[in-house]
Amino acid sequence: MMSLESIPIQAFLIVSSVLFCIGIWGLLNSRNAVRVLMSIELMLNAVNINLMTFSSYIDNNLIQGQVFTIFVITVAAAEAAVGLAILLSLYRNRVTVDMESFNLLKW
Amino acid sequence: MSIAITTQFICFTVLSLVVIIGALGVVLLESIVYSAFLLGGVFMSVAGLYLLLNASFVAAAQVLVYVGAVNVLIIFAIMLVNKKEDLKPINDIKSRRIISTLICLTLLSLLIRVDLTNVWNVASPQNSIGEESTIRIGEHLFSDYLLPFEVASVLLLMAMIGAIVLARRDVMSRDISTGLPVDQELIEKSSEPLLTNKN
Repeated sequence: MMSLESIPIQAFLIVSSVLFCIGIWGLLNSRNAVRVLMSIELMLNAVNINLMTFSSYIDNNLIQGQVFTIFVITVAAAEAAVGLAILLSLYRNRVTVDMESFNLLKW
Repeated sequence: MSIAITTQFICFTVLSLVVIIGALGVVLLESIVYSAFLLGGVFMSVAGLYLLLNASFVAAAQVLVYVGAVNVLIIFAIMLVNKKEDLKPINDIKSRRIISTLICLTLLSLLIRVDLTNVWNVASPQNSIGEESTIRIGEHLFSDYLLPFEVASVLLLMAMIGAIVLARRDVMSRDISTGLPVDQELIEKSSEPLLTNKN
């Protein structure tokens, strides 16, 4: 069936798919705003695993996926900093981190 | 590929289990502090997966940036906003849970189907660059990815300034609506003590 000379590419892809779906579930179901940010980080990591897998298995000479992963890590760090600053500002105004109470832009 | 194949399989299985169980713990655990520390474990295991994929530089960057910066930042944020509060109950939380779980499972089955049925054009491992990937990343960053590299530095500067602007307090001497002088006490200090009702 599969040649057992290395780990099949599907194994990495399935791990990243499961991680991505767990991230989406957490994003939809968390009521704590910090947990929402953590779920976003999980999803970004799943995408990074995907990029690294394709870089290692399909593009293993010109490893452009690894460069993409570096950029994704950079953007994720910036996103975490800004997201947590927004969270602190929200907490200062609302004195809560409950996602259900952040409904100012709801129509 | 210098490690024996059995060792690779064992490492991959252990790391994948830690990633998935840790991620489930991050979204399911009641205590947010446990979630944050489990998130650090997930990031470390993802770095281990990168090492299995012959990418030592990205694994080091993952440990430095995610575990060293992002996770610590999240733990700091938890400590700043860690007030135990009784969440207001939502009346349709059950149906919301069911619908979102169904959506996630559907997406998961779709993704796994794509993963398994697509014929991946796997390159031969002979011309793999292997351990010299750090050199190749450096060549990429300073030749064909030079513009994104520079834009990323501008993005980091913008994120830094934006985070400072968003997180600082506006100190004004007079209240805008009433004209009375405002007390310059810290808001957390003047409001009720935050950690008294912890259990």
